[in-house]
Amino acid sequence: MADALAVYARLISAQVRSQLQYRVSFALDLAGTFLISFLDFIAVLIIFDNVPELDGWTLHEVAFLYASTCVSFAVVDVVIGHLDLFPRMIREGTFDLILVRPRGTLFQVIASDFAMRKLGKVLQGVIVFVFALGGLEVDWTAGRAAMTLVMVLAGAAIFAAVWVAGATIAFWTVDGGEFTNAFTYGGNFMTQYPISIYGEWVRRFLAYLIPMAFVCYFPSLYILDKPDPLGLPRALQFASPVVAVAAAVVAGVIWRSAVRRYRSVGS
Amino acid sequence: MRLHWEIARRGYRRFAAYPAATFAGIWTNTIFGFLQAYILLGLYENRTDIGGYDATDTVTYVWFAQALLMTVYAFGWVELALRIRSGDVATDLARPLDPLWYWLAFDLGRALYHLVFRGIPPFLIGMIVFDLELPESPATWLWVAVSVTLAVVVSLAFRFLYNLAAFWLLDYRGVVAIAITISLLFSGFVIPLPFFPSWLETIARALPFAAMVQIPVDVFLEQAEGVDLAGALLLQVAWAVVLLGLARTVLAAALRRVVIQGG
Amino acid sequence: MSAAIELEDVRKRFVVRAKRGRLRRERRVVDAVAGITLAVEEGELLGYLGPNGAGKSTTIKMLTGILVPTSGRVRVARLDPARRRIELTRRIGVVFGQRVQLWWDLPLRDSFDLLRHVYRVPDQRYRENLERFSALLDLEPFLETPVRQLSLGQRVRGELTAALLHDPEVVFLDEPTIGLDVVAKQRVREFLVELNRERGVTVVLTTHDLGDIERLCSRLVVIDHGRVIWDGAIEELKRLYGRERTLVVDLEEPEPPLEVPGGRVVRVEGPRQWLRFRGDEVSAAHLTAAVAARTRLVDLAIEETDIEEIVRRIYRGGADA
Repeated sequence: MADALAVYARLISAQVRSQLQYRVSFALDLAGTFLISFLDFIAVLIIFDNVPELDGWTLHEVAFLYASTCVSFAVVDVVIGHLDLFPRMIREGTFDLILVRPRGTLFQVIASDFAMRKLGKVLQGVIVFVFALGGLEVDWTAGRAAMTLVMVLAGAAIFAAVWVAGATIAFWTVDGGEFTNAFTYGGNFMTQYPISIYGEWVRRFLAYLIPMAFVCYFPSLYILDKPDPLGLPRALQFASPVVAVAAAVVAGVIWRSAVRRYRSVGS
Repeated sequence: MRLHWEIARRGYRRFAAYPAATFAGIWTNTIFGFLQAYILLGLYENRTDIGGYDATDTVTYVWFAQALLMTVYAFGWVELALRIRSGDVATDLARPLDPLWYWLAFDLGRALYHLVFRGIPPFLIGMIVFDLELPESPATWLWVAVSVTLAVVVSLAFRFLYNLAAFWLLDYRGVVAIAITISLLFSGFVIPLPFFPSWLETIARALPFAAMVQIPVDVFLEQAEGVDLAGALLLQVAWAVVLLGLARTVLAAALRRVVIQGG
Repeated sequence: MSAAIELEDVRKRFVVRAKRGRLRRERRVVDAVAGITLAVEEGELLGYLGPNGAGKSTTIKMLTGILVPTSGRVRVARLDPARRRIELTRRIGVVFGQRVQLWWDLPLRDSFDLLRHVYRVPDQRYRENLERFSALLDLEPFLETPVRQLSLGQRVRGELTAALLHDPEVVFLDEPTIGLDVVAKQRVREFLVELNRERGVTVVLTTHDLGDIERLCSRLVVIDHGRVIWDGAIEELKRLYGRERTLVVDLEEPEPPLEVPGGRVVRVEGPRQWLRFRGDEVSAAHLTAAVAARTRLVDLAIEETDIEEIVRRIYRGGADA
């Protein structure tokens, strides 16, 4: 395990070095990703310019959700966002080269890039976090503080699992890559707002089946001490780490069987 | 003229060749349509009117805007910039074909494919689930077609402009990101312009981006009628002319630079 | 002595869904590999040949663990590639002609260093190997150059090194000399011979280049339509087919097929005739003189027998050898 981490660190440090080589263009890229992601928060601000509350959530509470999901998502985007380009690996036969190296396939695909410039998104999320905390009155117990950290980490794990599972679609059709966007970017967009606002079927599919509700909504109910308008069991508010682990396991199984199929059927 | 018709057909066919991508796109647009619809509907919990739109107007807005998204290719088109970077543009320029008209014809063909096959299906799905407001008068459909066409032209001219940055900047990605951000926000795609605080809406209305989404939707919703309708369409025409003119000027400057520097 | 590579009635079947018209999809079964049995001893330098679509790359993919056979037994370096992929990868090296396995933006040396860690090559061994290959392939001048700036010849030398740094037992080379100039090809060939001699590495070479085959391979396996149609020594093949050349003569006017010693007319089109002859039996000059003595020649050309032709003829069972 430690050896794998060491090799990973080496592989991505090469990427990072070459990305940081051009300072100016890196700074511009960073600014670019910051701005594009900030667009979503501008939407939040405009919405709250029209109403004082959204389904019982105030601006700062929604900002809290927004920041949490953005940081979770953006960190995952930096590390495995290049899975969006995985179809190209299949199409160009680069994946075959991965199969002849003595490391796990998913490991190698993930280690093939590390998008430093997307840290702009992370920064945006952090800034909104600060804004949110500034306007919230939270009774910060040790439990709540710990839960906040767990929320962001578990949220990241859930996004990562969805991203990996979604990327396997490239083994079936090389052009269908965009299909996954609905879950990854869509999931991020969806969780910026309390999931109680969405219609029942959308909730069932995108928030429970694909466990987006656990990315920040449920934990936030506990942290912000809000009653659940949906009236669901309190235990769910603490379930995100379990859900994250389960999601990771499922994603791993999906990836492995997809690779098995590829080795059986070819491309 | 015949030539440009052929180019438009090529533009159409290029995207028609990947049905899997189109299906994936329909799926994505549909999901985002649902999400956005519910978010904005949340605003109507305690209000019946926001910026002159009622709940039905707003939901219709969301689905029509999703239909327009790929049609006006709002999320970043860098094909020309890539050709400039790679040098392929040299072969384009060597041909007796004006690049601006070429890309315009190509894009119109593409836009037709995207409107019909990526825009309409999500809209139909939205229609099934939500109560959408369709135009009452038949003439409106004609004006909608005109308005959407003009929106594509305005959008193409704008995209052409920020792609030209590749002639000057080694790394155009930052410029493109800023251009996309601004155009998305002020087109009314993210949030309808009438929802903006009035000072921001004033700024937005002074920019060409409203012509890409906000105006066509307003025509569709029959929010602009009579003189207002004429005014809105003329505004789109005006922006199309201005941006195309600007594109031509900048292109000429870029070519002068290329010639002077020897490629 | 165990075999480095064993294939026992290996088959690979694909189900292809081809479009027929606008919407219908037709299901077609393709037997890319239809029963190949083959054994390669340790230290052999094998040429693996066949026309495009013959099943060459499918076989290689099954040997390297990329593809799992539909049926049959495969052993490479005593391992089953389908089941023990990761273990196998430590014992094999691969160079796929068109696909670059080096890191594009990094200096060549950095690529080697990364691979060393991926393969867990001990420090000492890595240094020794790098020094040795560097000397054999003259890598020193461009070790610090980013891979994207290397010429094709330099890149191929880098790829070869990358494939060998971890001391594989078996090496698979897919069209390694394609696109290289004559000098570069020579260098690669010499390197492979030396490698095989020095370290006893088993080499499977897939190539269309006759020069590669002649200079490198002791044994040749030809496949077509997923089956082995020739498996034997190069000398054997050369003896049977390789020396065949064709003299194409344009006569003044159409004539019945010429009869000249050493040449056999295989085709006639109007005033043009194709005479096949054995290059080791009669020279082109002698044959031309013999034809000129019998009739009036307007023009002539000489065609060499290329590998595709040889394979075609092998497939036809040497009907007109």
